[in-house]
Amino acid sequence: MKFLCTYFSANRFPPMMLIGCSAVLLIIMCTLSISIGTRVVAWQDIINGLMGSVATMEEASVAMRLPRTLLALLAGSALGISGAIMQSVTRNPLADPGLLGVNIGASFFVVIGLVWFGLSQMSHYVWLAIFGAATTALFVHVISAIGHDGATPLKFALAGAATSIAISSFIMAVVLPRNDIAGSVQSWQIGGVGGATYGSITLILPFLLIGGLLSLTVARKLNTIALGDDVAMGLGESVTRIRIHAWLAAVLLAGATTAACGPIGFVGLVVPHLCRLLVGIDNRWLMTLSALCGANLLLAADVLGRILARPSELSVGIVTAFIGAPFFIWIVRRQKVKAL
Amino acid sequence: MTARHTLSTRQLSAGYGDTSILNGIDITIPTGQITSIIGANACGKSTLLRTMSRLLTPHQGQVLLDGRSIHKMATKDLAQLLGLLPQSPIAPEGITVGDLVSRGRHPYHKLFSQWSSTDDVAITSALKATNTAELIDRDVDELSGGQRQRVWIAMALAQETDILLLDEPTTYLDVAHQIEILDLMVELNQDRGTTIILVLHDLNLAARYSDHLIAMKSGRVFDQGSPQHVMTEPTVHSVFGLNNKVISDPISKTPMVLPIGRYKQA
Repeated sequence: MKFLCTYFSANRFPPMMLIGCSAVLLIIMCTLSISIGTRVVAWQDIINGLMGSVATMEEASVAMRLPRTLLALLAGSALGISGAIMQSVTRNPLADPGLLGVNIGASFFVVIGLVWFGLSQMSHYVWLAIFGAATTALFVHVISAIGHDGATPLKFALAGAATSIAISSFIMAVVLPRNDIAGSVQSWQIGGVGGATYGSITLILPFLLIGGLLSLTVARKLNTIALGDDVAMGLGESVTRIRIHAWLAAVLLAGATTAACGPIGFVGLVVPHLCRLLVGIDNRWLMTLSALCGANLLLAADVLGRILARPSELSVGIVTAFIGAPFFIWIVRRQKVKAL
Repeated sequence: MTARHTLSTRQLSAGYGDTSILNGIDITIPTGQITSIIGANACGKSTLLRTMSRLLTPHQGQVLLDGRSIHKMATKDLAQLLGLLPQSPIAPEGITVGDLVSRGRHPYHKLFSQWSSTDDVAITSALKATNTAELIDRDVDELSGGQRQRVWIAMALAQETDILLLDEPTTYLDVAHQIEILDLMVELNQDRGTTIILVLHDLNLAARYSDHLIAMKSGRVFDQGSPQHVMTEPTVHSVFGLNNKVISDPISKTPMVLPIGRYKQA
């Protein structure tokens, strides 16, 4: 691992090469995601399925894997970018839509809507999730900004962790007495892309697009914040405005993803962290690479889940947790955990 | 580049939260010169520098650049005229010298504007002026304290501003590196005509390297003017509450303060 660290931190890979490699990998992953599944299919079935034929079971299952692949691709990139933004804006290498309570806040509102108001449509979920993500982000922000030194990275992480735990217990308390819906809440809470339809993708797509556009425009500004608030202001930026801009982007991306897939953990933590080791800390490259690698990771986790638990399948949220947890421990144990 | 812009304050009061640390500061920074702000701890030196560089919003009064309030100017326009190096800035992990210095060009870039040859020229000249060109591919983490401070100054120079404010740029540096940084300030002032404003702790170095001194006490300007005018026994006694003797620095012929304590007098 030590060797890996020094090798990575040397930062020796040209960004365009890394982005090219991840793009090629993405094409391979998409092909795998369409061709590998619980049901074994032949090449001819795949081609027919892609053409839109659903005449046989094999062709139909290929056709069903298409929206699933698309959702994994979108969700993975959204979580990757969202994590990269949160790590940059909080200057905290452990920041992640999951750890800062944004995903769980999104689930909280969805669960409340489901349990108390009987809302069960995807179109409701999207708004609830984004509203929940934004409310939690704001709440965590306000809590950590109390005190004269403002929202320091440490206070941010602590406030996020405390809020996450509080909200999780609240979700439990809401769901436990309701046996009738506990199952559906639970399956949504684990996080997966298995239930993807073109309908649900269409619903979250506008939010992802706006979030992506906001991320694109905030990348360079985040490069100034990395040098400290005072230097950023000296370079002519308003730190508050950048923070709001960046949070809006991160919340839209993470919230919309959570609405469609449930809370998927660790992608937003692992992906930007590894990408930073590979491509360095310029947010313009970092966010692009995080989007590609996030998609790759989620597609790989989804395919792995289908292979590991044949003839059933594991939800992608479980697989990413299995990959992510050891990684999280590695990051924390790294000797040079410093503020970004 | 010639210094054309003048920075001044009018009835300036500022501080943190509701507490005012500065009370009615009226100063005009001499254009094209090196000015040092001196005073005891907590007298408002840094607060004054931070308010003049727009990090703090004044409670009352104004900071004026050529007669216009800087707190009302477009932030990026101001960043092309007025540069700032805060006290002990922190570089993010893994940033290279080249990357750090090039971020000084930020005020000149719009949303999707491309890197231009003007940017290259500015960065090359900043690296050359601070003697850091050979460090360009190194990690900032790996550098010595003196090198790191020169790299940060290079970033501020890449911003190409007529006015440069530095908050204790020599803190935590050994005496050789302190002299190196202050010599660099003189070179910038002479070669580029940059107006330089420093907060300095070392009175003798302040007297030696500054054209103009501002002595502060309890949030007010106690005295200002040439080192010869400000650095006198009664002023040093009033500002720092310290018995002292002022002699002529045998090297630079500027005033030199010798502190007198309760012990160790021959």
